[in-house]
Amino acid sequence: MARKISILVVDDEESVRDSLSNWFIEDGYHVDCAENAKKALQLIESSHFDIILADIKMPGMDGLEMLRRIKSLRNDSIVIVMTAFASVNTAVMALKDGAFDYVTKPFDPDDLSHLIRNASKQILLAQENETLKNKVISLDNVEDLIGNSQAMKEVLKQVESVAQSNSSVIITGESGTGKELIARAIHANSSRKYYPLVSVHCGALTESLLESELFGHEKGAFTGAMYNRKGRFEMADSGTIFLDEIATISPKMQIELLRVLETKSFVRVGGNKETSSDFRVICATNRDLKSMVEQGTFREDLYYRLNVVNINVPPLRERVEDIPLLVDYFIKKYCTTMNKPLITIDDAAMQRLGEYPFPGNIRELENMIERAIVIGNGKKITLKDLPFGKDMIDNSIESLDDFEKTFIRQILNKYSWNITRTAKALKVDRVTLYNKIKKYDLKPDE
Amino acid sequence: MTQPNITLISFGYFGKHFLEKIAEAVKLEFKYSVIIKESHLDLSEFFDPGRRQYNGNKLLHAVNNLSMPQTLKTVGMFSVDLFIPILTYIFGQAELNGHAGIASLYRLSNERYGIAPDDQLLLERFTKEVIHELGHTFGLIHCMTPDCVMRSGTYVEDIDQKDQHLCHNCRRQLDAADKAW
Repeated sequence: MARKISILVVDDEESVRDSLSNWFIEDGYHVDCAENAKKALQLIESSHFDIILADIKMPGMDGLEMLRRIKSLRNDSIVIVMTAFASVNTAVMALKDGAFDYVTKPFDPDDLSHLIRNASKQILLAQENETLKNKVISLDNVEDLIGNSQAMKEVLKQVESVAQSNSSVIITGESGTGKELIARAIHANSSRKYYPLVSVHCGALTESLLESELFGHEKGAFTGAMYNRKGRFEMADSGTIFLDEIATISPKMQIELLRVLETKSFVRVGGNKETSSDFRVICATNRDLKSMVEQGTFREDLYYRLNVVNINVPPLRERVEDIPLLVDYFIKKYCTTMNKPLITIDDAAMQRLGEYPFPGNIRELENMIERAIVIGNGKKITLKDLPFGKDMIDNSIESLDDFEKTFIRQILNKYSWNITRTAKALKVDRVTLYNKIKKYDLKPDE
Repeated sequence: MTQPNITLISFGYFGKHFLEKIAEAVKLEFKYSVIIKESHLDLSEFFDPGRRQYNGNKLLHAVNNLSMPQTLKTVGMFSVDLFIPILTYIFGQAELNGHAGIASLYRLSNERYGIAPDDQLLLERFTKEVIHELGHTFGLIHCMTPDCVMRSGTYVEDIDQKDQHLCHNCRRQLDAADKAW
């Protein structure tokens, strides 16, 4: 159901405020009024208005100055300026400063209805666009959950049962096992799926950056805070927030996070007003949080607040039967992305993949397949296309010349035989590269 | 105990038959007994010489003050050109969820637009306008259903396109509001 559009009327004349307010209320809008720019800005800071209808001539701050301030506070609000003293110059200035439209008082009732209807349409379209984008992203990622093993079936069963609830979830598992994909699957199967899934990689941010990222900040809260900015909790309103690498957050952030989870409200950095948000929280970690609690490095109360449901994603070595499915999936994915014909993998290479312990889990397997498609001969992935870290031995290389030949061919394939780009990558000039191609009789793969 | 009623107060000359037809339509739509009254206001107090129109906000306030205790809703009926400060003109207005509304014939007649008079059409337009404003007093907001009487109308053509009845959805809301009364 479409939400009510909110309108703020700013005019120093009470009769104008009352008239417009009554008119809009009868049209089903939510309306607030302010008698001057100062009061309007205070209201705008504490509440969101979709449309602001502002008089230009007001005592104190005029409507044009207010328009500029509104645009720096809330760029997504639509501002319509109105005045009884029409002049082309003011109209042009208002439009240049970001006004949606400019009207002269008194308006024809039909013009006013059309203006507001058009503005509302734009707001609702922008919201719909955002919702659909999130929906597409969520649904895309559910397909990435590949696995037919018993261990994976158990995980998917847990995802299905937990998705419909509103409980906090901790996803544990080694690095590269696909914890974020599990979070996306939970979100995509929940009633919140048409609202955003907001991801935060806690480990990648310093304490102060994380604080500003999660709670948002007010303009001027710190050097470089040029604008008011919504935090991730605010962005996740009605949706889900995914906190990756939760074990890395500082003790101070642990306290703040606990408070937010309990009250579902927070204060922006540099601000003094509480903001509420209805979000579901999903966390992920590759560390053992329980032992961190025992060691005193992770708060026990936060641990129990987050750990309502725990989903453990098994490492790839414990579900080797999923490797062929995953290999097929990644071959399709990268051949399509690179616009290459679909290739296969030979039995020896597949067997080797099944024996390999994959310390980097699915991420490592994915990288291996991507690399094999880039440097391979374009027909079949063979053992020599797969690097196995220090174990990688290519028996066909017996001399320095053999190595050089193989290496140059790999790079040529990587850049689709573009001589300039390959020479640049090898840090040699084009003549040298042509000489090497001639020397080793290298030819593009059929 | 006296049953609550809807009172239609005419200010200026309105034909008896004309008023009875409107009362009949209002009774049919809102299921309350309808009383027709005549009253007088010194309209010069509401006249704005700059705009050569009558201030709708002040008239609405005056009509509201005339409400009787047993009167559930009151509509003041005028034949002068109404305005509110921000708009060039209005056909009528009411307090949402309030007691009073006003409506004017002035811009509803064909003659205003250089067309031959049509008394029946004028009656229909004015009836729709009175029911529309009464709908607001019962808490109904503008409706998007094309033929609902609560659809917003800013031109007489808009009024002609709608029906003089509430749509199913507005009717349901009115019934719910009625129970609350």
